[in-house]
Amino acid sequence: MAEAPLLSVRGLNAWYGEGHALHGVDLDVFRGETVTLLGRNGVGKTTTLRAILGLVRKRTGTIMFDERDLIRLSLHRVARCGIGFVPEERGIFSALTVDENLLLPPVVAPGGMPVEEIFELFPNLKERRKSQGTKLSGGEQQMLAIARMLRTGVKLLLLDEPTEGLAPVIVSRIGEVLQMLKARGITVLLVEQNFRFARRVADRFYLMEHGRVTSGFPVGELEARMDLLHEVLGV
Amino acid sequence: MTMIFGIPVQALLGQLLVGLINGSFYAMLSLGLAIIFGLLRIINFAHGAQYMLGAFIGYLLLTWGGIGYWPALIIAPLAVGLFSAIIERLALSRLYKVDPLYGLLFTFGLALVLEGVFRYFFGVSGQPYAPPPLLAGGTNLGFMFLPVYRGWIVLASLVVCLGTWFAIEKTRLGAYLRAATENPSLVQAFGVNVPLLLTLTYGAGAALAALAGIMAAPVYQVSPLMGSNLIIVVFAVVVVGGMGSVLGAIVTGYVLGLVEGLTKVFYPEASSIVIFVIMALVLLVRPAGLFGKDA
Amino acid sequence: MADQAVSQAWVGQGTRLQWLLLALAIAALLVAPAFVYPIFLMKMLCFALFACAFNLLLGYAGLLSFGHAAMFGGAAYFTAHAAKVWGWPPEAAILLGVAGAAAMGLVMGFFAIRRRGIYFAMITLALAQLFYFFCLQAPFTGGEDGIQGVPRGQLFGLFDLNQPLTIYYFVLVVFLAGLFAIWRIVNSPFGMILRSIRENENRAISLGYSVARYKLAAFVMSAALSGLAGAVKAIVFQFATLTDVDWQMSGEVILMTLLGGIGTMIGPVAGAALVVALENSLATSGFPVTIATGLIFMACVLLFRRGIVGEIQAWLDRRGARSED
Repeated sequence: MAEAPLLSVRGLNAWYGEGHALHGVDLDVFRGETVTLLGRNGVGKTTTLRAILGLVRKRTGTIMFDERDLIRLSLHRVARCGIGFVPEERGIFSALTVDENLLLPPVVAPGGMPVEEIFELFPNLKERRKSQGTKLSGGEQQMLAIARMLRTGVKLLLLDEPTEGLAPVIVSRIGEVLQMLKARGITVLLVEQNFRFARRVADRFYLMEHGRVTSGFPVGELEARMDLLHEVLGV
Repeated sequence: MTMIFGIPVQALLGQLLVGLINGSFYAMLSLGLAIIFGLLRIINFAHGAQYMLGAFIGYLLLTWGGIGYWPALIIAPLAVGLFSAIIERLALSRLYKVDPLYGLLFTFGLALVLEGVFRYFFGVSGQPYAPPPLLAGGTNLGFMFLPVYRGWIVLASLVVCLGTWFAIEKTRLGAYLRAATENPSLVQAFGVNVPLLLTLTYGAGAALAALAGIMAAPVYQVSPLMGSNLIIVVFAVVVVGGMGSVLGAIVTGYVLGLVEGLTKVFYPEASSIVIFVIMALVLLVRPAGLFGKDA
Repeated sequence: MADQAVSQAWVGQGTRLQWLLLALAIAALLVAPAFVYPIFLMKMLCFALFACAFNLLLGYAGLLSFGHAAMFGGAAYFTAHAAKVWGWPPEAAILLGVAGAAAMGLVMGFFAIRRRGIYFAMITLALAQLFYFFCLQAPFTGGEDGIQGVPRGQLFGLFDLNQPLTIYYFVLVVFLAGLFAIWRIVNSPFGMILRSIRENENRAISLGYSVARYKLAAFVMSAALSGLAGAVKAIVFQFATLTDVDWQMSGEVILMTLLGGIGTMIGPVAGAALVVALENSLATSGFPVTIATGLIFMACVLLFRRGIVGEIQAWLDRRGARSED
């Protein structure tokens, strides 16, 4: 029998107020995998991440993670199960220094990276550890947003468009970080518009349209599906 | 006798001291209001009642249980903090999703009930509460006579205010508080129990008010109405300072206390309204308040 | 208070049933003095008008004033002083009270509309407290004693207001006229704009409305009508005291409005009648009024934020919606 997925989402519906945003999302993420959600703007990629986490409260369906159903848990308990989150807007706190931002998320499981090691990985952050979090450049803020999740020992990381609006140098740096995460065995569910970036790090892809997952395929099939993807994504 | 602007120096210094004492209470109370508002987005109208409760617990501990000032300094804030935390859990937590004005109205109702209960049992007249023997009497500073207890209040309130400031700005719990003030749901998504943080914050803010109350008991008399008039002045202080900054709330509290004291010397008729007038002037010049960020 | 769903039923063109109910209510008020003490009825009417005037600001412009006692009590002082010290006839004294309250509303509103929401409430509260201390010290208010023994006088030199029924019908006419004025304001284009400001202030600004001016105008109208209530009360009860300008009075009018239903036309009337009746019955029982008011406040906020009338309307609307299906 094959190994059970680390995260298994079935029939996930979600609403913003009256707006029905997700119409039964199904997806699986296995241990150690990096899975990328593709899709146009507004098809529900970000909402999927936020609904898994519980930031969108109005939802139905099942979200099995590590043999627990997350849907009934309160927001802070989800993180404690071992799920980390890097939001699209990065969520760096302006009232906190770089250090404080880095140390903010509580450690949820052993096996996180020690702070010294994180600073080795991101020397820029070390130099600016006393400055206000939002005084960093966009790229540095993104690094900080990822870095603070490395400390906490999460098993699954939800990453929402980490490369959006960043210079190519920074994007490739983030790519290296994601490779490193994979090497450490951290599972990643990534929302990404940037194809070339995604194919470097992803093992599998899911394509989303109109609040549903319409297809899934491994990275090897990406070339064969390029025409279809270009059409659906309009790139 | 030395005179400044036709006022004896003794009188001037005496009123400045009174102003500093009042300012100490303004600072402690507006600090608590600002912390609660920052995280809960609720203006705690019951803050004055919680201050009064602190003083009354001290008074009752002494008259019924023979328990003195020093233990009361710990017990009263703890008791009021616990009581308020329960109120937050049972009631206020249901109001976070509706207009913040409902939080104001609920705590207003709570203030009326608390005040009404104590009025019912103790009447409106004040009860005296003697300062502890250690802090009784006074010292002659050469240029003025300083009652020891008053010196203690200035010192203790400074320590409390700066301690609170330090706890918010420099500790891990304080970082949670600041971050949750900015983006509560993200902090909760990181695994911090934000609902508990809200409860603790409300409890701590109320405990701070109760601490101010027990400290005030030997200076003013212990009366059911001691909080309601004070809280309105503190609201004006908070409007002047703006609630964006903890340090701003503290500084504004002390400064306005001193200004009020000075007014008592030079134009006593205006002393009870000077803070309101300053509030109106600040609204003309800087509507967001002196330290305010949010308009 | 954005979650108040204002039903159009009471403010729009009334149905035949509603006109009938209105006529019945007026008829009941006309014959009421035969059954209930007129003085008690007049107290109710004064507070009902006060609450409706307050609701004009809270329910339709979305501004929670915590300082309306200043206008209510201020007008009472002006009227009492004019009638007693200057010997003005009641109609002139009342007009002075209204004008004074409107002027105070202009000043208070000028400062308060610089901030929104909670700050607005705190600023109005602080300014009202300023006025309270002024009344405490100013020579013409009589300090702690207030102004006592205000003559009721002859209305227009024709009607002797010392006759219980005469003054009752005078108060009733003032009350109905005040309510009619509020109804007209609410249903005018001005009222529509106020509501759109309440719903979405930024959108109203982007539509080019001078929001500050509308808010100020609403504040002044509300202040003037509150002043009318306070002025009439001073003539009826023949005194003006610090109680009328106290912050607790500001709280009381909020309670009446909240209990009856914010943003409903008759909610504040019902709320005022209930609160006045409750205070009357508590006055003899020895149970402290403040505890009762505080508890009602807490219960309203937690359990029925729409108020009594608002809940009934919501229930009727739901039923109506179901029967249409």
